[in-house]
Amino acid sequence: MSETRAMIAVEERQRDPRPAKRTRRTEDPLLPKSGKNDAAAFWLYLIPGFVLLSVIIVVPLVWNVYLSFTSYRGIRPPEWIGLDNWIRLFGDEKFWLSFGNSIAMIIAMVVIPTLLGLALAAALFDLVGRKFGGKLASFLRATFYLPQILPIAVAAVVIGWILRADDGALNEMLRAVGLGDLAHNWLGSPDTALLSIMVVMVWVQLGYPVVIFMAALQRVDPELYEAAELDGANWFQRFRAITVSIIRPEIFVVTLTCTIAALKVFGPVYTLTRGGPGNATLVPSYYSFSEFFQTQQVGYGATIATALTIVIGVVAFFFIRAQNRAERAEREG
Amino acid sequence: MSAATTATTGRPPVAPGTESTYKIRRRRTKRTAGDWTVLVLTVLLALLVIAPFYLIIINSFKTPADYSTGGPLQLPGEWTLDGIAKFWERVDFPLKLWNSILISGMVSILAVLVSVLSAYAIGIGRVRGRTWIVVLFLLANMLPQEALLYPLYFMFKGVGLYDNVWSVIIIFTVIQSAFGTYLLSSVYGTFPKEVLEAASLDGASRWTILWRVVVPISRPTLSVLLVFFFIWTWNEFLIPLTFLISNDNQTVPVAIATLQGDRLMDVTTTSASALLGVIPTLIFFLIFQRTLARGITAGAVK
Repeated sequence: MSETRAMIAVEERQRDPRPAKRTRRTEDPLLPKSGKNDAAAFWLYLIPGFVLLSVIIVVPLVWNVYLSFTSYRGIRPPEWIGLDNWIRLFGDEKFWLSFGNSIAMIIAMVVIPTLLGLALAAALFDLVGRKFGGKLASFLRATFYLPQILPIAVAAVVIGWILRADDGALNEMLRAVGLGDLAHNWLGSPDTALLSIMVVMVWVQLGYPVVIFMAALQRVDPELYEAAELDGANWFQRFRAITVSIIRPEIFVVTLTCTIAALKVFGPVYTLTRGGPGNATLVPSYYSFSEFFQTQQVGYGATIATALTIVIGVVAFFFIRAQNRAERAEREG
Repeated sequence: MSAATTATTGRPPVAPGTESTYKIRRRRTKRTAGDWTVLVLTVLLALLVIAPFYLIIINSFKTPADYSTGGPLQLPGEWTLDGIAKFWERVDFPLKLWNSILISGMVSILAVLVSVLSAYAIGIGRVRGRTWIVVLFLLANMLPQEALLYPLYFMFKGVGLYDNVWSVIIIFTVIQSAFGTYLLSSVYGTFPKEVLEAASLDGASRWTILWRVVVPISRPTLSVLLVFFFIWTWNEFLIPLTFLISNDNQTVPVAIATLQGDRLMDVTTTSASALLGVIPTLIFFLIFQRTLARGITAGAVK
C-alpha cells in the first residue's frame, strides 16, 4: 500500500490548485515581503519538522552506521572494531542468500504484478470496458485491488491459513479431489516456503499496477488505436507501440517504488516462517532484526541494515531523479 | 493471457476505405468468441483473487469438527461465533482496536500539522536550498526502518517510552510527515499568488495567512493525506512489533500475526483471527473509497 505514495504525489501535483497558473520558480517567496527579517521568519516554520527529523531519523541513522563498525551486544558499550563486520558481511553466505531471496521478492512484487497488471489493465480498459460495459470493468478492478488494503501481516495470515500444513484449505481441497499425494507442508518445506511467501506478495501487489495503469490509459486517445488499426497493426503491435509507450512514466514509477518495497519485505516472513525452514525464506530485513533482538549481535545487525539502506538509497536516487525530471518537463511544457 | 487476446484481434489487415471504417464501427459492439475468452480469463483471475476472502469468511463461522467433516469449501453446517469469540477474548480485541485507532489517529493529525508547517516554509516561503530539503524529507520516508530500529529502541528505552504507544506515535508522525512535507511543498509551490498578495495587503500576518487562507484552500489535499496517514500507520508492522511488546499495547496486525503458530489456535480460530484483521480495513475501504480512489489513481477522476 505504501507504494501508492508516489502516485499520490503525481496526482496532487496535477490537481491542486490551479495548475494552469503555475508560478514561475523564482527565489522570492510567494508572499510579498513585509519586514526586514523576512527570510528568517519562514525558517521558524521549519523548526518542528527539522527537530523531529533530526531526532528520529538523522541521529539514529548515523548511529546505526557507527554501530556497523563496532562489536556491540547490547549490554556493555560498543567497541570499535573497524571494518571487521563489513569484511564478515562480504563473506557471509547467509547474507548473500538473503539478498538472493530479495530477488525472489522483486519477481513476486515487481516483475509478475507489472507484467500481469499491464495485460489486465489493457484487457479491462480496452476490451471489457468497451464491449461489456464500464461498470463491469470497474468492478473487476476493485476486486483486484482489494488485497492491497490489507495490512501485509494480515494478508500473510490469510494466505498462511490456506497453506496450513495438516488441515489447511489447499491440502484439504487436494485430498477431496483425489490429489492427496500433492498435499504438502507448504510453509514448512524448504522447496515451497519461499514460493508460498511469493504467492502472498503477488496476491497483495497485483491490484496496484492494475489501478495505476488503468488510470493512465485514460490519457490514450482512442483515435490513435483506430489509426493504427487502419494501418494494419495487430493487437500486440498496438499494445506495444501505443499503450506501453504512453504509460511509460507510470510503469517506471510502479517498478521503482515496488522494488523499494520488495527490498523491505519483513511482515510476511516474520508472520509465516521466521526466515525458515533453514534459511529458505531469510530476507535482509529479517536477518538484521534477528541479529538485533535474537542473537544480540547488534553491531552485525547494524551492518546488514546499513547495507540494505545503501541498496535502497541507490534505487531511491534513480527514482527521485526521474521524478524531478518529470516535474521539470511538466513545468516547462 | 496476451496470447489469447492477440489471437482474437490479430485479423488480416484491411485496406483503408469505407468498408473498413464500417467494420470498425460494427466491431465495437460485436462480441467475438475471443472477447468472451478474455472476459472469462479475467473473471477467473478475479475469482482467484477474492477466493481467500471467501474461504476466510465461511470458515470463521464453523466449528473445527464441522471443518474437518465438510472441508473448507462447504458453507457452515450451522453458523457459529465460537471461533471469533475465542480469538476476540483471547487477545482482548477491543483493546487492540483502541490501540490501533489511537496510534493511527494521533499520527495522522500530528503528521498533517507538521507537514503543513514545513511545506508552508518550503512551498510558499521558498526558503533557500529547498530542493535539497525536500529530497532530504523524501529520503527519510524511503529509508528501511531497520536502519533506525536499534538506535530508536535504545533512545526510547532511555527516556522511558519503550513499550508505550507514544513511542510509535512519535516515530510515525515523523515518517509520515516526511512524505507529507514532500508532497505539500510541491502543491504549495503552485499556490495562487494573487490570493496571498490580497491577504497580505489586508494586513494579515504570515501566521494568519497560513491558517485562514492556505489551510482552508488546500483542505482537499490535507484530507487525502489524513486518510492515507491513518491507513498506512494502521498497516505498519515492524516498529509496533519491536516497540510494543506487552499485550496491552499491541496493535491489531501485531496481535494477529504474533499468535500464528500458537498451539491453541485451531483451524477455525486462526481463520477467525484473519477475519478480524481483514474487517477494519474493509470498513476503511468502504468509508474512504472516494478519497482513496482520488489519492491512488493519477488523474482518473476529472
